[in-house]
Amino acid sequence: MSTLTEGPPAPVPVRDRRVIKSRPTTSDRTFVAAARSAAVSTLVIMGLIGVFLAIGAWPAIKQQGFSFVTESQWLPEAGTFGISSLLWGTILVGLFALIVAVPVSFGAALFISEYAPRSIKKALVTIVDLMAAVPAVIYAIWALFFLQERLLSVAQWLSVHLSGLLPFLSVEVPDSPSSYTSSAFIAGVAVGFVVMPTMTSVMREVFSQAPTGEREGAIALGATRWGMIRSVVIPFGRAGIIGGIMLGLGRALGETIVVFAIISPMFEFTTHPLESGTNTIAAHIAIRYSESSGVALSGLLGAGLILFLFTLVINTFAGVVVSRSRSGAATEI
Amino acid sequence: MTTDTASDETRVDLDIDATTTIPQLTAGAPATLVAREVSAWFGNHQVLDNVDLTMAAGQVTALIGPSGCGKSTFLRILNRMHELVPGASLAGEILLDGQDIYDLDRRPIESRRRIGMVFQKANPFPTMSVHDNVLAGLRLTGRKTPGKNGAAELVERSLRSAGLWEEVKARLGTPGSSLSGGQQQRLCIARALAVRPDVLLMDEPCSALDPTSTRRVEETIRSIAGEVTVVIVTHNMQQAQRVSDNCAFFLAAEGQPGYIVEQGPTGELFENPRDERTSDYVNGRFG
Repeated sequence: MSTLTEGPPAPVPVRDRRVIKSRPTTSDRTFVAAARSAAVSTLVIMGLIGVFLAIGAWPAIKQQGFSFVTESQWLPEAGTFGISSLLWGTILVGLFALIVAVPVSFGAALFISEYAPRSIKKALVTIVDLMAAVPAVIYAIWALFFLQERLLSVAQWLSVHLSGLLPFLSVEVPDSPSSYTSSAFIAGVAVGFVVMPTMTSVMREVFSQAPTGEREGAIALGATRWGMIRSVVIPFGRAGIIGGIMLGLGRALGETIVVFAIISPMFEFTTHPLESGTNTIAAHIAIRYSESSGVALSGLLGAGLILFLFTLVINTFAGVVVSRSRSGAATEI
Repeated sequence: MTTDTASDETRVDLDIDATTTIPQLTAGAPATLVAREVSAWFGNHQVLDNVDLTMAAGQVTALIGPSGCGKSTFLRILNRMHELVPGASLAGEILLDGQDIYDLDRRPIESRRRIGMVFQKANPFPTMSVHDNVLAGLRLTGRKTPGKNGAAELVERSLRSAGLWEEVKARLGTPGSSLSGGQQQRLCIARALAVRPDVLLMDEPCSALDPTSTRRVEETIRSIAGEVTVVIVTHNMQQAQRVSDNCAFFLAAEGQPGYIVEQGPTGELFENPRDERTSDYVNGRFG
């Protein structure tokens, strides 16, 4: 027989709450301790790198003051050096890398996750992942011996035909191919190839996670495949797209050896990215490290510190964007 | 059993109507759907054997039977969703008002536009608003949304038909994912109805819903029957009895393909089944 509660419950006097606590087992405690120390150590190492760079950079920053950020020349012997032209070159190379890598990665990722027949899908995924694992020096060799000379005519064409419309594409001697050989443009395109597989991989991963239910919902409404991709896959993957681009940008900004292979170092604000001569922070450190000492070495550490902070901010931003999204949070709808 | 002769005439009227005024909610031209000798496979594994079934225009046909007997596969064959599964194949034909939807000259998207589907798990587009979810079908199929007022009217009518209007009319701009489970399912029904399908397929639409929401969805099904042909897969015997006009009982032996044991008017099938297995199933003795 069931029982009935009669009337509303009478107000109860204040009661002592029970202590709710579970005692973890020894194995749990051990595991938690191990995992926690591993997690903490990554943060500590990260912090220590920052501290090391800051301490090493201090003499240079103290000597130069704020002009360390604004000065474009790098003449430690003369006492004037700064990173502004390097920073600008870094950004330029990163931009060109994105211009090349983003559309290709986006298209490749969509093709692999949505259009590729099952028989070649796995192979494509593997190849892209392998390409991401190819050391940058291989890309550097390829860029130096293959890509560079083939991009000369592209650069020349852009300069000759479009510089009227976009003056920044002009160079001083448009007819000579050597005007274009070691430009921010060519370095940026080469770096674009380096970051492409990473971007593709990240984007493909989120595209393939778009929920089957929503995909089928769109298709059942009579959508074409492209309609389904536009209404379901891309909105779902938006954060992954941004995250992939940011991750690629972070890598592009720090890319050293490929840029080193292509550029001829120059310490000016170049407003003509097709023209030979540029420099990035990473390449500059690599070039000058062995010959620097004293305050010059300290200056290189300072440049490294700026790059470190710059990429840290970009990657943090990417992380925030991705984790706030549906695809990143892996929410089940 | 109803025949499909009446529907052609009605269709002509409504098509004229659609071009001249705001589109009616459904075409009002429910179509008869006929499955002829349908068999289906996933790879080499046969899941359906020689199924013949006529789903009469404007009526509700329930597909019942234990799990794994091929009901859902059959339903997905009816609007060409089956072929989305890698390795899926079939034999036989599906006639929509006499025309085979698997005809090589017909695009799957054309068939899917006329034969809508509501899934077991509500799948509104989570980032779209309630309003946009209802109109999603029109946008996805590249059809013009009928002006601002027309769109508003279509949204209201679709949501009313799905029994959801009163609950969401004050928050049409909120995302589809903010609704409760039952509301989301009715939103999906509204979304399917907004494109004016001739047939609406429902794959266990209430299996994840509470009793109140289930009742609302069942009321919706009853109210749209007549305007649209409904085919519903359900595990719930009472639900089949409450909503359907006709019923088909599927069964599959262990490891064997499913087939239809018995079909006919729902009342007869439940009160006077001719096959002992049907009797056992509808009376809850197995399954």
